[in-house]
Amino acid sequence: MQTKSEFGYDSKIEGDVVVTTVDAALNWFRANSVWPMPMGLACCAIELMAAGASRFDISRFGSEVMRFSPRQSDCMIVAGTVTYKMAAVLKRVYDQMPEPKWVIAMGACASTGGMYRSYAVLQGVDNIVPVDIYISGCPPRPEAVLDALIKLQAKIRQQPVLSQLNVLNMLSAPAKS
Amino acid sequence: MPISESIEKIKARFGAGVSGPVEFRGEVSLTLGDATQIVELCRFAKLQLGFDFLVDLSSVDNYGEDPRWTLVYHLRSMTSGEELRIKTSVSEEKSELPSVLGVWRTVNWHEREIYDMMGIRFTGHPDLRRILMWEGYPYFPLRKDFPLAGKPTDLPGVAFTKPAPLEGGPFVTVAGGGDSMGREPRVRTPED
Repeated sequence: MQTKSEFGYDSKIEGDVVVTTVDAALNWFRANSVWPMPMGLACCAIELMAAGASRFDISRFGSEVMRFSPRQSDCMIVAGTVTYKMAAVLKRVYDQMPEPKWVIAMGACASTGGMYRSYAVLQGVDNIVPVDIYISGCPPRPEAVLDALIKLQAKIRQQPVLSQLNVLNMLSAPAKS
Repeated sequence: MPISESIEKIKARFGAGVSGPVEFRGEVSLTLGDATQIVELCRFAKLQLGFDFLVDLSSVDNYGEDPRWTLVYHLRSMTSGEELRIKTSVSEEKSELPSVLGVWRTVNWHEREIYDMMGIRFTGHPDLRRILMWEGYPYFPLRKDFPLAGKPTDLPGVAFTKPAPLEGGPFVTVAGGGDSMGREPRVRTPED
């Protein structure tokens, strides 16, 4: 039996080697399985449904798993008008999402309050949660949602992962007296 | 029962307390002078005249006039199809009139909405809470003297509000006001 191997693996069984970094591999996982939290509050939600349906098919980009529980979702898509009465609920749902998490503000209302310059409407969801991608339009086309998702994936691929992990920070940090 | 006969019966019953009818494009309005009689009038219209459906209850803010509030009841008979509108007025100092919940149960949320938006109270309503804004919101936003942009409030743990940026808006129009600058002012205050 041969015990000496140059790479420590059997190329006939396991195939070719891919050399990468842990960050790139983790980001590859993350970027291609962004599970949305559909915060559908107005007509933008209809376009979001169209983006998820067969014609536009958001599953081509790995995001077809709409999670209606914040515990299982990665990206909150705020689709619609956020009233002040809803703002506290939206913030609470966002706080319940596990890290890492991202936010897409879909359409004019979620981005800036849109045409609702009134006493009842929050003037942009970025007043209460950090927004990664803004989509223009009233409502935006499903293509615009897909474009935002692709841009979010590009952003995710560039984010550091390992250096942000608290356990490694603790191990590498100098002991405090 | 034709609408003219219904109006005759109301006038025979309430006499000078009811003025009108005013007819406009086939719609008939009556005005009730004393708002405290509204329950009596509504019950009479429902039980004796067959107006078994309250289509809508709305309120009007006649800012700067007295009485300030006008309540508008839209009645309909589901059997004959006749419609009748009853208006009554309430002064700002009073801001209160009897609830017609005992006549039509559907008016429950209508009266709550009027209380929420304009601050008119309905005596005898079993559950007069805000329905659109949240409990603890200090203003009545559909009053004419409330700015469209809103006022800053903060109720920790419930909701906050900030004035909306209007950029010199809200771009209203004024009927019959001379040139375009006069007809379309960028903003109109309640005092105008």
